Amino acid sequence: MLQLILFSTLNGVLYGMLLFMMASGLTLIFSMMGVLNFAHASFYMIGAYFGFEISRRIGFWPGFIIAPLLVGVVGALIERYGLRRVHKFGHVAELLFTFGLAFVIEELVNMFWGKLPVDYQVPPSLDFVAFTLFDTTYPAYRMFMLATAIAMFAFLIIVLKRTRVGLIIQAALTHPNMVAMLGHDVPTVFMMVFGVGAALAGLAGVIAGPALVTQPSMAALLGPILFVVIVVGGLGSLGGAFAASLLIGLVQTFAVAINGSLVDLIGPTANTIFGELGNVTLAQIAPLLPYLMLVLVLIFKPTGLFGNRET
Amino acid sequence: MSAALSLKDVRKNFGPTAIIRGLDLEIRQGERHAIIGPNGAGKSTMFHLISGRIGVTSGSIELKGHEITGLAPYEINRRGLSRSFQVTNIFPKLTVFENIRCGVLWSLGYKYSIWRFVDRLRDANSRAEEVLDLIGLSARRETPAGILTYAEQRALEIGITIAGGADVIMLDEPTAGMSNTETEQAVALIAKVSEGRTLVMVEHDMSVVFGLADRISVLVYGQIIATGAPAEIRANKAVREAYLGEEAH
Amino acid sequence: MSQSLRTFLGFVLFAAALAVAPLVFSSGLAITMMSLMGVMVIFALSYNMLLGQTGLLSFGHAVYYGLGGFCAAHAMNYIARNKFGVPLPAIPLVGAAAGLFFGAIFGVVSTRRAGTVFSMISLGIGELVAALAGIQRSFFGGEDGIATNRVKLAPFFGYKFGPQVQVYYLIAAWCLICVVLMYALTRTPFGRMCNAVRDNPERAEFVGYSTQRVRFQAFMLSAMFAGVAGALAAINFELMNSQAIGAGTSGQVLLMTFVGGIGHFFGPIIGAVLITFLQISLSDITKAWMLYFGLLFILVVMFAPGGIAGWLSLHTPLLRGGRILNLAPSYALAAIPLAAVVVGGIALVEMAHHMLVEAASDGSKMHLFKIAIDGASPVAWIVALALFFGGAFGLKLVWPRIDDAWGEAQATGEKA
Repeated sequence: MLQLILFSTLNGVLYGMLLFMMASGLTLIFSMMGVLNFAHASFYMIGAYFGFEISRRIGFWPGFIIAPLLVGVVGALIERYGLRRVHKFGHVAELLFTFGLAFVIEELVNMFWGKLPVDYQVPPSLDFVAFTLFDTTYPAYRMFMLATAIAMFAFLIIVLKRTRVGLIIQAALTHPNMVAMLGHDVPTVFMMVFGVGAALAGLAGVIAGPALVTQPSMAALLGPILFVVIVVGGLGSLGGAFAASLLIGLVQTFAVAINGSLVDLIGPTANTIFGELGNVTLAQIAPLLPYLMLVLVLIFKPTGLFGNRET
Repeated sequence: MSAALSLKDVRKNFGPTAIIRGLDLEIRQGERHAIIGPNGAGKSTMFHLISGRIGVTSGSIELKGHEITGLAPYEINRRGLSRSFQVTNIFPKLTVFENIRCGVLWSLGYKYSIWRFVDRLRDANSRAEEVLDLIGLSARRETPAGILTYAEQRALEIGITIAGGADVIMLDEPTAGMSNTETEQAVALIAKVSEGRTLVMVEHDMSVVFGLADRISVLVYGQIIATGAPAEIRANKAVREAYLGEEAH
Repeated sequence: MSQSLRTFLGFVLFAAALAVAPLVFSSGLAITMMSLMGVMVIFALSYNMLLGQTGLLSFGHAVYYGLGGFCAAHAMNYIARNKFGVPLPAIPLVGAAAGLFFGAIFGVVSTRRAGTVFSMISLGIGELVAALAGIQRSFFGGEDGIATNRVKLAPFFGYKFGPQVQVYYLIAAWCLICVVLMYALTRTPFGRMCNAVRDNPERAEFVGYSTQRVRFQAFMLSAMFAGVAGALAAINFELMNSQAIGAGTSGQVLLMTFVGGIGHFFGPIIGAVLITFLQISLSDITKAWMLYFGLLFILVVMFAPGGIAGWLSLHTPLLRGGRILNLAPSYALAAIPLAAVVVGGIALVEMAHHMLVEAASDGSKMHLFKIAIDGASPVAWIVALALFFGGAFGLKLVWPRIDDAWGEAQATGEKA
């Protein structure tokens, strides 16, 4: 039992950190630009594929550096030549644009890399066992992912707290309309934020690709979860996004790990009450939980758990 | 006869800041009542509280003797109070005629009906035509409201407000941002549409206020400091100091 | 000609077109395609009751289409098993009831607010129901779905609806009914208040209307029509699977409706017909069909937010007096670089796909537009690149001309 709790916590935190690598960018983009970016998970996917492509040609480590930068450039270009044009038609048009973009990116990946998962491997230098606890091994690559995520947050915090750009971004989080009045070149700031957000998602993709499965549906599977994270955490709240990322990471991991059904819990009466749903295991329900949370939060506290802005 | 509107010790705080600090006011039935006061005195907030756009912190508001505190805007509207907005608030993609008709539908009992065609509703359409005529926009009836001139939109705003036949009309700075001729026309329009109704009006232009109002209340810093006929208000020393003085030069 | 007479004639024409279509396009493929078009027209119009009429952007409309379809499939199986005398044409009513029922339940929680909150709740409910469909097997049938057999029901005036053309007429009849009803709804006090709530919810509250009630009613009715579409889909395919209820279907109806044009009642009809046509005729030719569809959508969002219907209706004032002819030279001039961009772009995507995914097993030889080319030869790539970038450059050059021609046509129109 202790073993289960320990490893599930570790995996849950790791998954949560991965979520936050994307959710932080998504929150920043939403707070500053008012755009709920449907294509954010697509940047994560492009990151994984770029990482895969570079790692099989040059090596994992060059990919680790280059792929996120490339994704960032792609993001900035999309903002400059796509999103900015749509901006004048309003938020619905922006939302639709990113929605279409997610669709197109998935199809492009389908066309260029095929529908099947690609063989994106853990680099040999990290392919060893980090530690063994209660006869269960924990791979070093996962520890590396954790370290990368933490390093990224340290970087993010330093940028936000110690630099001029960070101050502008923080101001924009709480007073989105004020930034323009401060005389900053808003379009350029937007482009940078969008590009950096995309690069962070790309980095998440590069490191998650070898551990999870790199396939064309990975964006569509993750995208809605990201919305859950930033809505549950409270739009515009980085702290909220962090808490919600961990919450959802842990809930999902534990639901899979515990894996019991109502029948297991209260015996066969569950079947008479819930019918076949009594046999459904917690693991099966796990993918459902985030959306249940999303709907409940939106109904009862539309500002999210930690936010103060209405969605 | 009960008052058209009566506010008793109404208070509104935004966070720790008190904006309306114990407001008492009675609007008599059938009178034209102007609310004046310096910027930031809480005039628009008072309008929002009465019309249900925001809730009061404490106190009570009665419309024709019935408690309306805490009701939703549409419930207050159904009880016979209709208001306009300081910032033009119309249906931009609908035609001028449709705008007015939207203001008419509820009062004629059509509610959320899906069993009638709007174009066949004689009473609603003729009422909308009357209002169009009254506000002088008959020639523009098929124009989308969003592309009207500013003065026309302000007139439409008033049209929507009175279309439902509410007997208490509240206008929030109806002449703001208008030229002199436009203001004159607006004053004539307001005089016309408020015939036989109770009118409450927030206004900055003193010539409009003194030309139209039967009584005037002065709101300063979230409280009414004086209420009375225009001559009394003009003569009131406290008012002159607090407000009129600065514009007397 | 009065407005109502013109509308009436429009519907008579529409009915006539539905009636003669299978005589003109009589191939099996055409009739299958037109059956699906009929279903999609209802689905897209029901979606536009939310997006275009009431201003609610839903990411989960397939829930009501899917649930309508599943309920209809179960109803058909139940009726056939118990030999009830209910004929097939009545089945869409089951879909309508299911749509209305679930629309009412989910509508209560999702229409309390508009805007992004509504969109996110619709997304959440969509994902919830889709995830549930994977767990609850007896109702959703797991991966196989629920199969049904439409000819097992009681005959309707001797028709058993075995042949596809009979199904087509069944769908066409329901399509006509739904289109007329949905159009009629836009002309009611409720329909007008939907527009008012879309334009300015705050003002609507101050003329006596509860915006929440308006949204809720629109949501229920929209779900009801989506349920009819789902039931017709179940009849048409004799199969309902969980794909119909998922995010993919929700996305597709959004794309289809928007490309058609949300600002006009008939826009979604154009979108549904065109996209279904492209989908069926292109999906055999190219694997990248969905990609082209997505790109088309993005281009519409960026350059023609009114959709096809919006673009067409810009031209209607020009039709009078033949001023549209003034535009013809400019359009013809723009058509050349446009074609080059499209052909070049398609060539690039198809060649990249072939070389990256299929060349390993099939070799580098491929066919494009029925021309044999070698994906490994640099010439093919240079030609494709030249077409694409040359065309893009050309479009940039002629664009001001079109703008001018437009302005001129408009200006003379206003003088006339």
